[in-house]
Amino acid sequence: MSNLYFTEDHEWLRVEGDKAYVGITDFAQEQLGDIVYVELPEEDDEVAAGDSVGVVESVKSASDVLAPASGRVVEVNEDLEDSPELINEDAMGNWIVALELSDKEELSALMDEEDYKAFLGEEA
Amino acid sequence: MSLKRTPLYNKHKEAGADVVEFFGWEMPMTYTKLEDEHLAVRQAAGLFDVSHMGEIYVEGPDSAAFMKKMFTNDLEKLEDGAIAYGFFLTETGGIVDDLLVYRRNKDSYLLVVNASNCDKDDAWLRAHEEGYDIVIDNRSDDIAEVAIQGPKAQEILQKITDFDLESLPFFHFKEDVVVAGVSTLISRTGYTGEDGFEIYFGNDDAEKIWDALFEAGEGVLKPAGLGCRDTLRFEAGLPLYGNELDDKTSPLEAGFGIFVSKEGDFIGSDVMKAQRAGELNKKLVGLELVDRGIARHGYPVYDLEENEIGVVTTGYKSPSLNKVIANAIINKDGPSLDDEVLIGVRKKKVRAKVINKYYLRKNTKK
Repeated sequence: MSNLYFTEDHEWLRVEGDKAYVGITDFAQEQLGDIVYVELPEEDDEVAAGDSVGVVESVKSASDVLAPASGRVVEVNEDLEDSPELINEDAMGNWIVALELSDKEELSALMDEEDYKAFLGEEA
Repeated sequence: MSLKRTPLYNKHKEAGADVVEFFGWEMPMTYTKLEDEHLAVRQAAGLFDVSHMGEIYVEGPDSAAFMKKMFTNDLEKLEDGAIAYGFFLTETGGIVDDLLVYRRNKDSYLLVVNASNCDKDDAWLRAHEEGYDIVIDNRSDDIAEVAIQGPKAQEILQKITDFDLESLPFFHFKEDVVVAGVSTLISRTGYTGEDGFEIYFGNDDAEKIWDALFEAGEGVLKPAGLGCRDTLRFEAGLPLYGNELDDKTSPLEAGFGIFVSKEGDFIGSDVMKAQRAGELNKKLVGLELVDRGIARHGYPVYDLEENEIGVVTTGYKSPSLNKVIANAIINKDGPSLDDEVLIGVRKKKVRAKVINKYYLRKNTKK
């Protein structure tokens, strides 16, 4: 079983030890265009699956980043404050927040990489 | 209701545009990237399909008197072939629409109105025509329009017309100008703060004009979508109906009093006179964010004691200036130049400073 999961809203979640890193997919950054600002949550914020854990903004629009699973924010990627374009350059390599998951069972509701690719195929 | 398409819809699809719904129209938002299209207009030239705009002719012996009642700006002083910007107002001084009026002669005017308000404007004009010997002819469905904008606009357009474009001053127009073999109306106008032209012609000739312009501007001219149309007009201090202007805001409150005749006797003029005499409640200011964040249309504005004092009407990270700036309409007695305010960006309140709202020097012709 891979440690990489995807949502229908185009977030990814990677489980590493106790932490789950969350970012947006390459498809999402492509749709947004040049990202000019990333709003990060506060550390220790508690979020439920589907809650906003950040906002990515292009010139034209602001889009919420939704938590793929419930948990507590334990780390935010401060590099994105000065360099939001990192997400355009490598969406899968630049996480936005790290969560301490409260219920790993929730992961079973998410897609794996293969399912997500199929999902993108249906959307296109 | 099905969405309307301009005669250039297929051209947009061919060019790979991201086509979106815009007030009942399917319009190109971007072709490549908003920032690239924006900078192409500032530095070279961009071509916009603005066929969704409304064109209404008002003609007849009483048209000057009728326009005097309906329109805030003074058309009597205008020479034939010149254009005036102004407003239709409600009786209470709110804005029905902002528009350009092309004076063909004292008995004939072409009104170019927002696509989003075209039906409303048409009904507004007809509701007031009784007693005037005029004909209101809404030709929006037959007329296509493109805008070529940017420092290279004249050079490109000149390649496909014999008419001497240099002879056409800013806010003037010429009819029966042949462009690429097509009879058009050309005005030196635009919505970007750059020099450029708006070209009007029949729907059937739209693709021919579009292709001819790109051929003439090969390697220089880029197609430009509604996305950068908004960022460009915003940087240039030009208002957009639905953002800076609406039926609850007067043109004086929005900072556009110079387009409202002081003496004129038009619908809403009593309210304008009272507002000039001191009964003004709101004002439009420019803001630059001090803290991180992006202020967008609809976000609340507060004073430093966190009292709500207004609302952001347009806000962007400016592609030309690379700063986050915003227009806001706030209480008249609220903060002024260099004062700080707070903007509610989702859960946070971020600091911003009041700056001159003309963010960018315009490069339009005199």
